[in-house]
Amino acid sequence: MTEHLKMDQVQPHLLDETGQGVLSVPMPRPEGPLKVTGRAPYAAEYKAEGMATGVMVRAAITKGTYAVDTASVEDMPGYLGVFTDKMVRNAAQGTMGTNPAQMGDKILYLGQPIAVVVAETFEQARDIAAVLKVDYTEDDDAVCDFDGVSDWPDSDKPDQGDLDQAMSDATFTVDSMYTTKPHNSAAMEPHAALAEWDGDKLTLHGSLQMLGYNRDEVADSLGIDAKNVRLLAPYVGGGFGSKLGMSPDCVGAAVAAKALGRPVRVVLSRNNVFEMIVLRTATRQRLRLAADKDGKLLGLGQENWQSNLPDEPMAEPVDLATHFLYGGENRRYGQHVAILNRPASGSVRAPGEAVGMLALENAMDELAEKSGIDPIELRLRNIPEKHPETGVQYSARSLAEALTEGAKAFGWDKRQKAGTRREGEWYIGMGVASAARTNILMESRANVTLNPDGTALVQTDMTDIGTGTYAILGQIAAEMLGLDPQKVTVELGDTDLPKSSGSGGSWGAASAGSSVFLGAKAIRRKLAERLGCDVEALRLQDGVATGGNNRRPLAELMDAPITEEGHIEPGQTDEDFHQAGYGAHFAEVAVNAVTGEVRVRRMLAAMAAGRILNHQTATSQVWGGQIWGIGTALTEAIEHDPRTGHVVNNDLAEYHVPVNLDVGDLEVMFIDERDDASSPIQAKGIGELGLSGAGAAVTNAIYNACGVRVYDYPATPDRIFPHLP
Amino acid sequence: MQITLTVNGAAREVDIDPRTTLLDVMRHHLDLTGSKKGCDHGQCGACTMLVNGRRINGCLSLAVMHDGDEITTIEGLGDPGNLSPLQAAFVRNDGYQCGYCTPGQIMSAKGMYDEFNKGWPSHVSDDLTAEPNFSTAEIKERMSGNLCRCSAYPGICKAIEESAEEEGLTTRKAAE
Repeated sequence: MTEHLKMDQVQPHLLDETGQGVLSVPMPRPEGPLKVTGRAPYAAEYKAEGMATGVMVRAAITKGTYAVDTASVEDMPGYLGVFTDKMVRNAAQGTMGTNPAQMGDKILYLGQPIAVVVAETFEQARDIAAVLKVDYTEDDDAVCDFDGVSDWPDSDKPDQGDLDQAMSDATFTVDSMYTTKPHNSAAMEPHAALAEWDGDKLTLHGSLQMLGYNRDEVADSLGIDAKNVRLLAPYVGGGFGSKLGMSPDCVGAAVAAKALGRPVRVVLSRNNVFEMIVLRTATRQRLRLAADKDGKLLGLGQENWQSNLPDEPMAEPVDLATHFLYGGENRRYGQHVAILNRPASGSVRAPGEAVGMLALENAMDELAEKSGIDPIELRLRNIPEKHPETGVQYSARSLAEALTEGAKAFGWDKRQKAGTRREGEWYIGMGVASAARTNILMESRANVTLNPDGTALVQTDMTDIGTGTYAILGQIAAEMLGLDPQKVTVELGDTDLPKSSGSGGSWGAASAGSSVFLGAKAIRRKLAERLGCDVEALRLQDGVATGGNNRRPLAELMDAPITEEGHIEPGQTDEDFHQAGYGAHFAEVAVNAVTGEVRVRRMLAAMAAGRILNHQTATSQVWGGQIWGIGTALTEAIEHDPRTGHVVNNDLAEYHVPVNLDVGDLEVMFIDERDDASSPIQAKGIGELGLSGAGAAVTNAIYNACGVRVYDYPATPDRIFPHLP
Repeated sequence: MQITLTVNGAAREVDIDPRTTLLDVMRHHLDLTGSKKGCDHGQCGACTMLVNGRRINGCLSLAVMHDGDEITTIEGLGDPGNLSPLQAAFVRNDGYQCGYCTPGQIMSAKGMYDEFNKGWPSHVSDDLTAEPNFSTAEIKERMSGNLCRCSAYPGICKAIEESAEEEGLTTRKAAE
């Protein structure tokens, strides 16, 4: 049976009534022992009988056509073949469900996958790929840099009111340009695929976030029926958007395996990951704020300029949070996406907010400085009653609590006037920024099985990319069924299991979690029937059912396992309420007065994301957001060669993700909240919320420390030093 | 080429292409996939293992250079049902998320404890000749060769601090 819920109306808080007490509490991940002993298998670690190894070949020109000369390598030891058929230009975009562009012999960016070389061993394949002769015909009309764009496309975003008028009427205004460099997800596990055919059926171990969509993308790319594709990804070494869509290694491995009649494994090199997988576009952003004498916004504007390859169904939604975070009658947005010959732009953790909130929250800091209003007070004054553009009511919205309670815990009252706190050769400052991230519920299914021996099984094709899925799905089932979580087994990452939302957009926990909740709810109803009580009166705890003056161990109520499918779909509450997670980020930094180096001493995040399902894994998610905030603020920048679009720093030595010593003391606090509109488990996403605004808190702290305003990210010493007092 | 490695206490003979890295011998020839490949260029630390007691990046060393060497990989520390103190502390403190950098973090920490015990200074040591302080700053500096993109650094540091004594650290702790 399927327990189906379309989220058309607010649901009761059943999870506050159950008595097991294993939800929300910190619980170590059940798969932890496998991870810390190296026994959790990731995609590249599977083997198959007779497996060959493939290595991707990248385009060495920016734009043109190519032909591989297989004769140049056929005699090399271990050579099995060079394959160019069906090669995809780049990874698919999230939830695309169709093939990415397949270019034939055309090249549109330097680093594009153009072939897969297959040999008996990795060492052989790597050398053959290096030697392979490729004949190129180069076009001379490549455009690789913003400065070379002659014709920016118009934006189709309508204005609300008259921002220009508001700017001239205002007592205080801000009109600033910000720029951000491209970012790379840089998940620690490079993308990998092991493809194995059995007749027409393909089994593929992949490094993927959203298996249901990925199956369709693989099938569409290969021109086969999705029913003939099985994907497996029980462990994924980080995603951050880079594994939302099927990656070129999947197609390369599948095509080669089919042609050779033997399994083929293709693992992307780190350089490949920086080129063949999507990166976050560079942005230019113009921020305008118009405020009255009390700091109340009369209007705001956020226009952005960015780039992508042709025919990519994704643009960085830079202004996503700006639409609903603050009030103001007059509003202008603009989005201009140029076509550049650079690797494809796509989702990197918190698409939109990750860069849009840098500019918005820096501009709010500028406004606070100009108006002489405390940055927290300024934000509190501008929290609207309802959505300032649609008039829709908000669901749970604890922004004010996050700002005020966070400020108290952080010691905001000790913040001094900009440039006045100095310790030796260091300027010290504090900064704040709001956090906001739209909440999304996606269709998701899971099977829940309760066994007479008091164990349970959860099965869904959902992935755990480090987000804690194994833990929280087990906890939800355990809480609903009255079991110790250790008695619940969670099986994930297999398209033979019920189709889930996948991991992306911070919707995984609430969506997949709701499907498990619903499956378990159906089991509760059956148990209540057997016990002879109303389901409302049923209490399940430690393997014993109580209700209607009856008390029976589960084993006495069941002679066979009960399996129920849970199926959640978004519904009317999505229309009736505007849903988002909110929070506040605080940072204290030290800026070196001699070198301009910035050290983040400490950060605090106060987060409100509905019901927190596991305080330990949720805290880790927010740590991740804070540290990504440090990276976006201070170090992370892809540098494209303006002549060729080449990702000059296409490795982890030159693309600087934060290391351990870059990170000061981190504190995370959660605002207790239930979001009734979000889902039957009242939870919202947290992974991207933790990043939204985090970098802006750091750069606002830089301003408070030394009076230098960061307009061009990241705030490397060369961007600070020349402006120091 | 034929070489013999002592891996996690057992002699292992392998016949390998001389281009094979120590990491790939583990992953492709000995089915020890606990050591991870994150960059293959010594930039991320996911392949950290101990060679004759010292931590190295397995991807930066050719296996044929290690004939006769003693190698310890993550598989040599503990089993899922019988974790070493450091492994247990990583689980307890959520010193990971996706788990891909984790074996490297743990092996690196093992090597680091020993470096403390031997009195090796680091970039953040105030006095290069004094016994190093087992402080958070020292740990962070010495663990900065191991990237964690999930950014579990707070949990990683806590796990390393908590299990130091059980793991045989003799250096005095920071007077914090």
